Amino acid sequence: MTTASIHIDGNAYSVTAGQSLLRACLSLGFNVPYFCWHPALESVGACRQCAVKLYRDEKDTRGRIAMSCMTPVTDGMIVSIEDPDVRKFRARNIEWLMLNHPHDCPVCDEGGECHLQDMTVMTGHTYRRTRFRKRTYRNQDLGPFVNHEMNRCIQCYRCVRFYRDYAHGRDLDVFGIHDSVYFGRHEDGVLQNIFAGNLVEICPTGVFTDKTGKRHFVRKWDLQTAPSVCVHCGLGCNIIPGERGGELRRIRNRFNGSVNGYFLCDRGRYGYEFVNSPSRVRQPLRRDGRGEHHKPLRSEEARALFADILSRKGRVVGVGSPRASLEANFALRALVGPEHFFAGMADTELALIQRQIDIMKIGPVPAIPLGKVATCDAVLVLGEDVTNTAPILALNILQACRNAPMARADALHIPRWEDRAAREAAQQVKGPFFLITAHDTWLDESAELVFKGTPDDIARLGFVVAHFLDEDCPSVAGMDGDRTDIARTIARSLGQARDPLIISGPGTGSGYVIDAAANIAWALRKNNRNARLSFTVPECNSLGLAFMASQAVDSALAAVERGAADTLVILENDLFRRTDKDRIIACLNACKHVVLLDHLMHGTASLADLVLPVGTFAETTGTLVSSEGRAQRFFQVYAPQGDIRPSWQWMRDAMTVRGTLRGASWRYLDDIIAAIAGEFPELQPVIDSAPPGAFRIKGLKVPRETHRVSGRTSIHADTTVHEPKPPDDPDSPFAFSMEGYGGKPPSSLIPRFWAPRWNSVQALNKFQSEVGSDLVGGDPGCMVIEPNTGEEPVYRQSIPEVLAPSGSLVPVPLYHIFGSEELSMFSSSVAGRAPCPYVALNPRDASRLGLSNGDEVEIAGRWRGPVVLRAGLPEGIVGVPSGLPGTGAGITGGRVDVTKVTS
Amino acid sequence: MSTQERSRKKPLTRAMRSDGEPLGIKEYEMSGGYEGLGKALRDMSPHDVIEEVTASNLRGRGGAGFPTGMKWSAVPPDDGSAPHRYVISNSDEMEPGAFKDRILMEGNPHQLVEGLIIAGYATQSDRGYIFLRWAYGRSAQRLKRAIEEAYGAGYLGHNILNSGYSLDIYLHISAGRYICGEETALLNSIEGKRAIPRGRPPFPQVCGLWGRPAVVNNAETLSNVPHIIRNGADWYRALSLSADGGTKMYAVSGKVKNPGAWELPMGITMRELLYDHAGGIKEGLKLKGIIPGGASTDFLLEEHLDTAMDYDSVQKAGSRLGTGTMIILDDKTCPVGMVHNLERFFSRESCGWCTPCREGLPWVEKMLRAIENGQGHHEDIEILEEHTRLLRPGNTFCVHAPGAMEPLQSALKFFRADFEQHIEEGRCPYK
Ligand SMILES: Cc1cc2nc3c(=O)[nH]c(=O)nc-3n(C[C@H](O)[C@H](O)[C@H](O)COP(=O)(O)O)c2cc1C
Ligand code: SF4
Ligand code: SF4
Ligand code: SF4
Ligand code: FES
Repeated sequence: MTTASIHIDGNAYSVTAGQSLLRACLSLGFNVPYFCWHPALESVGACRQCAVKLYRDEKDTRGRIAMSCMTPVTDGMIVSIEDPDVRKFRARNIEWLMLNHPHDCPVCDEGGECHLQDMTVMTGHTYRRTRFRKRTYRNQDLGPFVNHEMNRCIQCYRCVRFYRDYAHGRDLDVFGIHDSVYFGRHEDGVLQNIFAGNLVEICPTGVFTDKTGKRHFVRKWDLQTAPSVCVHCGLGCNIIPGERGGELRRIRNRFNGSVNGYFLCDRGRYGYEFVNSPSRVRQPLRRDGRGEHHKPLRSEEARALFADILSRKGRVVGVGSPRASLEANFALRALVGPEHFFAGMADTELALIQRQIDIMKIGPVPAIPLGKVATCDAVLVLGEDVTNTAPILALNILQACRNAPMARADALHIPRWEDRAAREAAQQVKGPFFLITAHDTWLDESAELVFKGTPDDIARLGFVVAHFLDEDCPSVAGMDGDRTDIARTIARSLGQARDPLIISGPGTGSGYVIDAAANIAWALRKNNRNARLSFTVPECNSLGLAFMASQAVDSALAAVERGAADTLVILENDLFRRTDKDRIIACLNACKHVVLLDHLMHGTASLADLVLPVGTFAETTGTLVSSEGRAQRFFQVYAPQGDIRPSWQWMRDAMTVRGTLRGASWRYLDDIIAAIAGEFPELQPVIDSAPPGAFRIKGLKVPRETHRVSGRTSIHADTTVHEPKPPDDPDSPFAFSMEGYGGKPPSSLIPRFWAPRWNSVQALNKFQSEVGSDLVGGDPGCMVIEPNTGEEPVYRQSIPEVLAPSGSLVPVPLYHIFGSEELSMFSSSVAGRAPCPYVALNPRDASRLGLSNGDEVEIAGRWRGPVVLRAGLPEGIVGVPSGLPGTGAGITGGRVDVTKVTS
Repeated sequence: MSTQERSRKKPLTRAMRSDGEPLGIKEYEMSGGYEGLGKALRDMSPHDVIEEVTASNLRGRGGAGFPTGMKWSAVPPDDGSAPHRYVISNSDEMEPGAFKDRILMEGNPHQLVEGLIIAGYATQSDRGYIFLRWAYGRSAQRLKRAIEEAYGAGYLGHNILNSGYSLDIYLHISAGRYICGEETALLNSIEGKRAIPRGRPPFPQVCGLWGRPAVVNNAETLSNVPHIIRNGADWYRALSLSADGGTKMYAVSGKVKNPGAWELPMGITMRELLYDHAGGIKEGLKLKGIIPGGASTDFLLEEHLDTAMDYDSVQKAGSRLGTGTMIILDDKTCPVGMVHNLERFFSRESCGWCTPCREGLPWVEKMLRAIENGQGHHEDIEILEEHTRLLRPGNTFCVHAPGAMEPLQSALKFFRADFEQHIEEGRCPYK
């Protein structure tokens, strides 16, 4: 990168040459208005709002107007932003955009955080000069997530560029011409793309707004917010939840250049309503005997009862949770003792995740930060349906696929940021992206090559790829010619890449698949230090939990079955999602006491003797470890009403009553964090993942409320005319107040993006070291896995055998972004998009078995559903959806028979 | 001058039939058709062809007058990195007042086909498109037939005339939008995308169609090429009265005695065109203004009549030669109404990509309509003038909107009194 010295309105600045002038100006802190440009979508020159003046040389006094977003920065360039001609042009441009704008800001959900409002004020355009009628459009029903109000459109084309070019959506487009271009679907209907919710933030006006938020709308300035982390998959995207009046109102993206960048998936954006769900446990519940109904009890009673249960001469085991914080899990572990602590997942799943951790720890191939995936130039996905298990990873893979073809644009000297021209040049070439999965996936059409097979087939093919890359990798006997050719192609392509990435995960249930991925990555690493790995995990803290436990749910149940335990303390978990239903019921019945700490009423809750209401991610503070090994702190957004408390506090209090336990001395969350770091040296970085609770800036806390929150002194006027004292929060540097430090906090403590003149989400520019790059002070989060880059890894040797043909089928789980994840299914908008249970069969298998679409079938005696024919599923496989409510644990491994149910 | 000599001076139209039927391939060959192609393939390297065209001073007839040889020489040598290079005839002719390409395509379709093949050879392209205006049904039929005949005669397809050079030509019927004639919007349109212009660089010669080199030339431009190759650059230059080479299809419309189109030496004066060929203004009417080169060029006045109709001279007079198709404004036709009519067209044909054009042109159109209907405000004139200043090349994404501003800005200058009178009297004084 070369530096260029440029002059802007008389002052000299040193910036990176070759970037767009708009980006350079924004990074320097100038307020150049723009619409069609977006840091992730780059330049197209449509809106003409970013006009500046360029001068040929010092003698040139007239200059010419040019679009800064379309102008590359060159050394010696002379620029004016403030020249009166160009200021006038920018104001007139706003006037044009406003000719047809409805000016309905007071009733527009974007109002107060609208980029169009900001830019209008910025340019100084004030009064209407036109007297003609405005055009009007018909709006569309776009489904449960996104509201449509086309009259507010300023035709910046960002929505279609995001939806189509960036997120590979098909069903949103621009129609029409001249001053009646229309952005919508060809007809009303649910937006199909799983990233559609980003339109809400991409659209600079109120055309696309959050439809779920509409039901309980609050202006940005009235929201209480804190930095948080998405709990709906293992990637750990950073989010900004917003609350008012004890209700969670919405989720917005929180930029983290190393993680999610600018975007969230729709599960992450719309899953939040589980927090407000009628199924929330809001007070302690007990039942006196099995079969009795739950009855509420007071907090103090519950606390006493919990302590009492623990103090009886019982044999207590604790089941932790992959969706609860490290701190909550650690508190349970302290409560029951490490040897009685079990990870709240199937033992097979724990084994797979620990296998992944081992591979990442051994090194020498490091896990790639999610935010860097888009920089890779070759990608192999082995086994995992990332679209549904790690959605933002899928979105980033799509961007990575563009890198190799971009060589065409580079050769033509087209800057990559000149988006239309670069896409034009690169359009004919597909990037090296290889997809080896058990069934068809959404990413298939973006891949250069796809292969479908059973988990064993996938692993075997992976091992062959590794062998082609390095002879020292074990070879695979009995591969047919076609597969060998596929493997050779993939190996060659990965071997030639500059930044190859291997992605896998536990989704197929096969450890071989994970091992094969490791071999490939290690083999690549021999010749290429840039090779990277990425393993997904199912839940938001699967990885963190796997550090703390060596056994899991099946072992916990076995302890009960053996009679080694008679009291179960279950943390934030519905066991029915983990293993066999009958076994769970038997075990719960066999226990003397079953205590559950959770926030939702589910199958396990209804069988627990004592249910303690705990805070969700929005009501507590804690740390999660994402799939890449990044420890990230999420902060309490609001103080819950009633008896809801953080899990760790219930447990700390129980330990206090018993006195002897180590947790008795924990006063603050930071005490637990210190204990975690003491016990698990590798989790030491957790301490640094965010500043401690005592952190202050200039002696002040960071306010969760905005500087202009309304109704502070009147909102409770129906009950009190005094302003209630805000709750205290000793566990975080945040205050439940508008008072506090008004400047920019450290990057891990940014509660919202807001800056003078920039009320919209675009204020983010002001928080980045350079526009589009990391946050000032570095992206938040700390890695807990430091790969040992010195060591030579030992290739995994064990390769699955080819099974003899049989009439039985190999079961594979089918994941659904809307449906497979527990919490989001308590959100009505997400639940509405989930499928009903079904059984997927290849049409040829179905006809062999005499089954047709809709036939009710049973698998392994425990799974039932109607047959759905799916040609994208290879023969020999039966697909069973994973995690749908009420369907219990999925079926993986071995072979099963599919039989017709005749009722 | 003998008839033969004179007709040699009208290379584009001399062979055309008088009954309105197109030249078939045999007739075309008898008039010397495909000799140019034969000569190019037999005796000339692609480079030689480009040199010859450059030396002919042929300037693009699509409106901008860009030197054709120079355009072709910007195509990079084929590095074989990816398949396909393209030559394209821009036959989308939709400029109000322009109908010259249609005359050429209907009367002598083979001439365009041959020109396109030679252009293909010169740029080493293997695919050609004729991008035809949707409404030109007759041209479509005739071009289709001509392409088939050319294939039959071995002028198209694999190994043309045993030269080793191959080219396929496709006739692409446009969906019918003015902006499709802008060459980069045209390229997007062929790709199946929205017809939105592209930024430059990269130029189409480098990254045109599906990321590959493409040369776009106007149908008239290409129709000249066979003659240049057959008769040589010197001959071609000599046809012209000015520095720009060749003849030009000129046309006159409006209330003149004999509206029509004529092939004439490049650089004849407006006066000659208007009076000798179009017969002058109709009885009882007076000349009030001239749009010399199609709707997107500035008005000129009677005092400019002695301007030569070549690219540089018309520019010097304050307008553009454009398509060379003149529209006459007489003293009984309302200039506000005329400009309103034009702006209604331009506003409707904005592609909708950039703000000033998409939003500005409809506003302009509404103000002009209001003025014409007697509902104008004095501020309207100021706002209109402001638009003519703001909708400049560089301020807008392509030159559609600046083109639209040309007749308006000159009308406001030359016929300002008419605008003011409309507003003052609250009515159109011409009605
Ligand atoms: C709005 C607009 C419409 C145009 N329409 C046409 C057209 O219909 N036919 C044409 O040949 N050129 C048209 N042009 C010009 C083309 O962009 C291009 O300059 C021309 O095809 C190049 O051919 P030439 O070099 O042979 O003149 C148009 C340009 C603009 C800006
Ligand atoms: S809908 Fe929004 S994003 Fe799309 S063009 Fe209109 S203003 Fe831009
Ligand atoms: S990809 Fe995962 S972490 Fe990111 S928003 Fe979606 S569900 Fe949340
Ligand atoms: S000036 Fe802008 S809106 Fe108008 S046709 Fe060109 S690109 Fe489209
Ligand atoms: S931001 Fe530059 S033209 Fe839109």
